[in-house]
Amino acid sequence: MKKTLTAIALAMAAATPAMAELVVPNLSYRTGPYAPGGIPYADGFNDYFTLLNERDGGIGGEKVANPECETAYNTEKGVECYEATKGSGALVYNPLSTGITYQLIPKVTADGIPLYTPGYGRTSAANGKVFSNVFNYPANYWDGASVAITHLLSENGGDLSGKKIALVYHNSAYGKEPIRTLQELSKKHGFELVEIPVDHPGQEQKSQWLQIRRDKPDYVLMWGWGVMNAVAIQEAANIRYPMENFIGVWWSGSENDVLPVGDGANGYKSLAMHGTGMDYPVYADLKQYVYDAGKASGAGDQVGSVLYSRGMYAALVISEAIRKAQELAGTSAVNAAQVRDGFEALEITQDRMTELGLPNFGQAFASSCEDHGGPGNAMIQQWDAAAKKWNLITDFIAPDDEVLTPLVMEDSAAYAAENNIAERCN
Amino acid sequence: MPDQLLYAIEAGLNGLMAGVLYALVALGFVLIFKASGIFNYAQGVLALFAALTLVGFQNGQIPFAHLLNAIFGTDLHEFGWHLPAIVAIVLAGGVMVLLAIVIERYVLKHLVNQAPIILFMATIGMAYFLEGLGDIMWGADIKKLDVGLPQGINETIDSVTYNAFGYGFFIDNLDIVASVVAAALVISLTIFSQYSKQGRALRAVADDHQAALSVGISLRFIWVLVWSIAGFVALVAGIMWGSKSGVQFSLSLIALKALPVLMLGGFTSIPGAIVGGLIIGMGEKLFEFFVGPMIGGATENWFAYVLALLFLVFRPQGLFGEKIIERV
Amino acid sequence: MFYREAGDFKTSYADDSQTFPIRFDRLRYYAVIAVAFGIVPFVINDYWANAVFVPFLIYAIAALGLNILTGYCGQVSLGTGGFMAVGAYACYKLMTAFPEVSILIHVLLAGGVTAVVGVLFGLPSLRIKGFYLAVATLAAQFFLVWLFNKVPWFYNYSASGQISAPERTILGQAVTGANTTASAKYLFCLIILFALAWLARNLTRGTVGRKWMAIRDMDIAAEIIGVNPLTTKLSAFAISSFYIGVAGALFFAVYLGAAEVGEAFGIQKSFLILFMIIIGGLGSIFGSFAGAAFMVLLPVLLKNVLVGQLGWATDLAAHVELMIVGALIVIFLIAEPHGMAQLWRLAKEKLRLWPFPH
Repeated sequence: MKKTLTAIALAMAAATPAMAELVVPNLSYRTGPYAPGGIPYADGFNDYFTLLNERDGGIGGEKVANPECETAYNTEKGVECYEATKGSGALVYNPLSTGITYQLIPKVTADGIPLYTPGYGRTSAANGKVFSNVFNYPANYWDGASVAITHLLSENGGDLSGKKIALVYHNSAYGKEPIRTLQELSKKHGFELVEIPVDHPGQEQKSQWLQIRRDKPDYVLMWGWGVMNAVAIQEAANIRYPMENFIGVWWSGSENDVLPVGDGANGYKSLAMHGTGMDYPVYADLKQYVYDAGKASGAGDQVGSVLYSRGMYAALVISEAIRKAQELAGTSAVNAAQVRDGFEALEITQDRMTELGLPNFGQAFASSCEDHGGPGNAMIQQWDAAAKKWNLITDFIAPDDEVLTPLVMEDSAAYAAENNIAERCN
Repeated sequence: MPDQLLYAIEAGLNGLMAGVLYALVALGFVLIFKASGIFNYAQGVLALFAALTLVGFQNGQIPFAHLLNAIFGTDLHEFGWHLPAIVAIVLAGGVMVLLAIVIERYVLKHLVNQAPIILFMATIGMAYFLEGLGDIMWGADIKKLDVGLPQGINETIDSVTYNAFGYGFFIDNLDIVASVVAAALVISLTIFSQYSKQGRALRAVADDHQAALSVGISLRFIWVLVWSIAGFVALVAGIMWGSKSGVQFSLSLIALKALPVLMLGGFTSIPGAIVGGLIIGMGEKLFEFFVGPMIGGATENWFAYVLALLFLVFRPQGLFGEKIIERV
Repeated sequence: MFYREAGDFKTSYADDSQTFPIRFDRLRYYAVIAVAFGIVPFVINDYWANAVFVPFLIYAIAALGLNILTGYCGQVSLGTGGFMAVGAYACYKLMTAFPEVSILIHVLLAGGVTAVVGVLFGLPSLRIKGFYLAVATLAAQFFLVWLFNKVPWFYNYSASGQISAPERTILGQAVTGANTTASAKYLFCLIILFALAWLARNLTRGTVGRKWMAIRDMDIAAEIIGVNPLTTKLSAFAISSFYIGVAGALFFAVYLGAAEVGEAFGIQKSFLILFMIIIGGLGSIFGSFAGAAFMVLLPVLLKNVLVGQLGWATDLAAHVELMIVGALIVIFLIAEPHGMAQLWRLAKEKLRLWPFPH
């Protein structure tokens, strides 16, 4: 026992990296049931920071270190990773798991570290008055649900009344997120909402899809993650559900989800909050400084995929926030509190995206003390099975804030009341 | 016929098909439990490992590529060949036999005569090990498994039922193939255990270890044999499930689907596994169909267990289990 | 030399039947307790509390509970995760419904609620035995998880179904919520664990414990000598579930702070705790502690050595870690199927004779 403890103490002493770097821990998952989604995301995240280090010498002259910590999409390991890395001066966390996010929200708030959860996590954290340290721009789940409905509205000439829309969702905190929004939207637009839960991991969905076959909903929305996506798309193809009426959230729209299905997946749609593929100038730099230099993260075979792009996008926003923090604080060696201020003052314009080598990759947004959620726009992409490629079929679509804002306020107010949080920004 | 009844029949038929797949996994459990009294939790991971190996061979992946690259700084990924499915299946089967030998030699041999719970735990340990090994050998990303099995709705059944009842039943081609394969597997296993020398030895061991030993049957050989067969069954199960959803970690969780089947059918009975599988498959689909919408759905995970529990309260040894006789 | 009965004279029955009859043993335990209460709280930091000590203490409570049921009474259960969930959700409902009542009372009440649920799911044990029972308890596991996921009342109708623990204090010190100090967390769990371990030790060596063991060793024989299987088995289920419920409540409120039922209390948790008691030793209080320590420390240690020390990629390390944990479990079972407690007993036997083995 004693020996073990000493060994751990030694190991931990050695694990502490040198200070005076910008530490952005990467809580990734490359094992377990959700590894196929975690690997490309983590690779994109790492590669972008490697690029900054190799090409620009870091951010504002400070090298960025991103120690990786394996969470296996498991909340306990997530907590352990958080505690293990926070002592090394971590500036921001991005755990890519709604469960871990819920866990970390109170902790980061107490420790004064920002938490950046683009497109996942707790939606009502968009309300900066209550959630001082959490940022989820440029878009969140409720935005996604609303964008999907808006897209369907535009396909149906602005009228969805009498239509039936089924939601196939991962039976967990993540999957349940859009339900309330969709219920509100169904009241507003008069469509009927059918909720169909799928239990983790979602290997077997025959009952669910037989139900869809019988009920014949006009559209199917999906909030899935992991193997559930591929199985759902396969089953939809099996019952010959019209793929163009099947829309997944952005976490159900990667190559991993459609490739195993083959031709059957042709025409499947999903939301997208950023562009994908390698037709961006930044890839020339990435190739020169990262891939060809043998510094690519992981196996290096994920480059340009949807989730790789998303990891890269998250890294880009974080690096911009750090840059902003350096500008505000007047020093390059910023701390977590200053980075939080950087996140809150962050504004990314299209010009800036072009400068960074990713023109029209993501939407322009600006954050403020009250608004940590961004505009919440999203595009729709469609899978072309023959070309094995996602095509964007719409421009950015705005969500219905008239419905969403009260919901965000209501949920964040409940959280504030439960935890005795006083509103900021007044 | 009223629509509701038609729907119920459709759900029931699909349940039967799903039940066959559950039975396939349960079969692996039963074989091992009969021959060695081990409740082999690793059966699900065996299926995953088998499927991973199969895909790996088929696509010419280099095993341990990632590890080798990390240690030696090489850049290995693939051999660059593409094996036909049948060759890959045979090779993967070979790996499963090898695995059976290793397991017998390094684990089982040392655990003879231990309490069942210890053996059970040892298999969970093996499950962890294999899970790590599978990932490190072949990588944790999702892989497409294609051995040429048909998929999608069966047109004939659809149109025939449509003409007869005005509603086309949905039956997946893959499920039909799986049922046929499972049936063939059961029949050949039965023939094997009834008529071959090794099969008889296997049954002798299942009846009474010591008596079997005393007439000169090698227990160790039987164990290797039975784990190889279980490995082969796992391979078949892995192919069926893997074609459906791609090969990735979640495949190992199908073991959880097989447990209620075992409870229901009895741990020691091959027909029990089949009948149990059919009852569980049909029961959970019908329950989800009739009651699910009322109580919010996603009932399949627990309903199977509750159904089996109810059965057990009336028949503690399962439907076909050996009668438990207790003496003081 | 020091570890022996010789020269340690007992002058009363109370002395004779105390838990640690050997003086050296007794002193050593006092020393451990003194360190645990007197020194650790002052040196502990967030990392050690959250990654090692708090999970260890909580898992030790759960392992004690399961050991009562499986180790002492012989009823194998795979429903531990589900029962922990009952404790966690009971605690959450109580915390939010009665914010003015002390959290300690909520935790104990959560244990009580779990005991009731445990008895309910323990009823089939009167008919079903062995592995059939183990698999039957899985029914409890899956059903309970589904229930907490499905019925919005349990999670106060929050949008995502997550529950999160609000801040509660004892004597002005926060013990739940984000502002809890490492030592407060640690001490709160330690005190509960200490009380429960003391209770378990005394229960198992009294009438109740002897009845449990009689049922475990042979239930029919026990019935013949007048042990009532109904009350004995159900009492084991009740008390075991109480412990597990308390562990679940602490796990959610103190350790995690927010939980999602399928994630935090899934089937993996049931297996993990069963591992703990088997590696530690069935039917041993010490074994529950040793097993919990082993299963909590090993992954953390391996991770730190492989990633921190050797600088491996995290995914490789995680895979190797799985392999090592699996292999160690198998090796352990081969080397000492009765667990660490048995090693400990053997060591003590040897010590008793040392240095004059004859």
